[in-house]
Amino acid sequence: MSGGLRLHVPEPEVRPGGAPDFSGVKIAKAGSVRRPPVDVDPAEIRDMAYSIIRVLNRAGEAVGAWSGSLSDTELLAGLKTMMRVRAFDRRMLMAQRQGKTSFYMQCLGEEAIACAFRKALEPGDMNFPTYRQQGLLIADDYPLGDMMCQIYSNRRDPLKGRQLPIMYSSKAHGFFSISGNLATQFVQAVGWAMASAIKGGDRIAAAWIGDGSTAESDFHSGLVFASTYKAPVVLNIVNNQWAISTFQGIARGGSGTFAARGLGFGIPSLRVDGNDYLAVHAAAQWAVERARSNLGPTLIEWVTYRAAAHSTSDDPSAYRPKEETDAWPLGDPIKRLKNHLILKAVWSEERHVQAEAEIDAEILAAQKQAESHGTLHTGPRPSVRDMFEGVYEEMPPHLRRQRQEAGY
Amino acid sequence: MPRMTMIEAIRDAHAVKMAEDDNVVVYGEDVGYFGGVFRCTAGLQERFGKNRCFDAPINESGIVGTAIGMAAFGLRPVVEMQFADYVYPAFDQIVSEAARLRYRSAGDFICPLVVRMPTGGGIFGGQTHSQSPEALFTHVSGLKTVVPSNPYDAKGLLIAAIEDNDPVIVLEPKRLYNGPFDGDHDKPVTPWSKHPLGEVPEGRYTVPLGQGIIRREGADLTVLAYGTMVHVAEAAAESVDIDAEVIDLRTLIPLDMPLIEASVKKTGRCLIVHEATLTSGFGAELVAVVADACFYHLEAPILRVAGWDTPYPHAQEWDYFPGQARVGGAMKRVMEG
Repeated sequence: MSGGLRLHVPEPEVRPGGAPDFSGVKIAKAGSVRRPPVDVDPAEIRDMAYSIIRVLNRAGEAVGAWSGSLSDTELLAGLKTMMRVRAFDRRMLMAQRQGKTSFYMQCLGEEAIACAFRKALEPGDMNFPTYRQQGLLIADDYPLGDMMCQIYSNRRDPLKGRQLPIMYSSKAHGFFSISGNLATQFVQAVGWAMASAIKGGDRIAAAWIGDGSTAESDFHSGLVFASTYKAPVVLNIVNNQWAISTFQGIARGGSGTFAARGLGFGIPSLRVDGNDYLAVHAAAQWAVERARSNLGPTLIEWVTYRAAAHSTSDDPSAYRPKEETDAWPLGDPIKRLKNHLILKAVWSEERHVQAEAEIDAEILAAQKQAESHGTLHTGPRPSVRDMFEGVYEEMPPHLRRQRQEAGY
Repeated sequence: MPRMTMIEAIRDAHAVKMAEDDNVVVYGEDVGYFGGVFRCTAGLQERFGKNRCFDAPINESGIVGTAIGMAAFGLRPVVEMQFADYVYPAFDQIVSEAARLRYRSAGDFICPLVVRMPTGGGIFGGQTHSQSPEALFTHVSGLKTVVPSNPYDAKGLLIAAIEDNDPVIVLEPKRLYNGPFDGDHDKPVTPWSKHPLGEVPEGRYTVPLGQGIIRREGADLTVLAYGTMVHVAEAAAESVDIDAEVIDLRTLIPLDMPLIEASVKKTGRCLIVHEATLTSGFGAELVAVVADACFYHLEAPILRVAGWDTPYPHAQEWDYFPGQARVGGAMKRVMEG
């Protein structure tokens, strides 16, 4: 062939062995992005899809129009919630390594997004999470022991051993059953929100998706329906830079940012520092207020970094430099909130260390309790008889025959 | 009793449930203002408002995906795929999501959802307006699949489907919308007004899911059919003068095994007919369950008549469609076997 056509395959800035380079990630100064009224004309804030809303500056101060959405007491609680999520992840990762379960996924470095977002919602609102929003449950005080029993698929597993570890479900805590298939639930959240509007209530939905999965058609379906019916939904994209081994540029393509995907749909689209607990809460509150005021959907790209492996089945050293985590320019969400609270003299290094120890003890106690009901590998497991239940509301004859054939 | 076409019966089922239950909402492509390309939802938007019946973007995965969210909220959405041939973009939502939600959440969330779609050929629709994809749904645990063959059943099954707390796929043979069709395409169309099953009671009634029915009693041979092929099988039995018992399955999953078993044990012979392609079709499942339940009563091999394993052609529609000649010929072979 003699033509000039060449396929363009995007590549990340660096691969293993190279020096981390985030010079391409343009970071707006904390406090520099305006806070428009919630009923703003989406056309007037198109630029916000290309900037980054930040509240905490490098010194640890809260600055700008998006600051002030939370009291010191709420911030201290938020810090402890993020610490709890991180400690929980650490214990469960270890449990998986010890062979007590098959699989685990941490959210290391991304804790602020789910934890702060949850605090902007009301009881009755519904999240349609991905597998990395355990913070939504923990921030809503879902029992840690129940989460562990699900991870262990033991006799007390609320999901009766039917789902892969961490695919939680809790209607009572506004946490829709996690599918495990990517992006499918993004459009379901929009449908849930449409139903709330049809019934004339005041409950809103939150859709969740990762940067990689925005390439799925369900993401675009979600935007079409949310845009057409002005559904009361917050459309969250957690851009943690990596979809397993694939850098975000493969899903983003020629679009400047993921937030910019919303612009063609006329959906107000924000881009927010996802490692800034204060910015996350303030932006979430803005979007939630828009939804609840019947102003329609908001798309938010939370800019963060997946500091750990995708899952226990993944080794990121094969595709990205090990030093990249430390080089990530938006830092660590726990450290940043901790520094802010120390600067405000409502927290200290000593209290932080003490809180870590208390949280570790709390997690360990929950783990011991959960393991007393069994682990995946030692059992006891949920009954085989129960495997045949719940496929339908009433068991049809063919399943009853199969259950008998299985010996139950 | 009022006489209705299958279209009117389906429309009436929607109207009955929408009037009875505020949680029933109806949407799909061209479904709202216009009332659907086959007119199955005509008048519903005017009567119940745009909140309850509305047009959707041309996005099947979005239609089913949003409906799953609505069902999880507590509504009872009834969505239309304009043709069964268009359902494939929604397949992930149906298979991985709607069908699994109750199980995977241990009943925390359920999915009372109805997905309706016109199925089958006979209207010169070519390969994208003629397919019969029922086996793709019957293979999925967590789904129920129904195929009505007449206006009475279409209304009763649709009401039962809307009232069911699990997702139900309703395949409506489009060739039957305006009248029974026995495969004789040269004959003038008979309207439903001249058929006893065009008599449709007013108000609410159900045809329970999971119950088949004997359409033609007979002693020599059991024919298992559904949808359009029920009428073809009845006509074929007359034409070859075989005392065949024709069973209209009506619901494929859950299957009415007691009815099938009793009939095959009585006749000792079984023929299965469907319009869908042969290989891995629902007929294969029927052969297996009949062989399992009735093997020692069988006097002859179980045969199948089905669509050829080709895409549905346009010009050669009547060579593709399993008409009376093929069904009648197979009946004779089963009798000789």
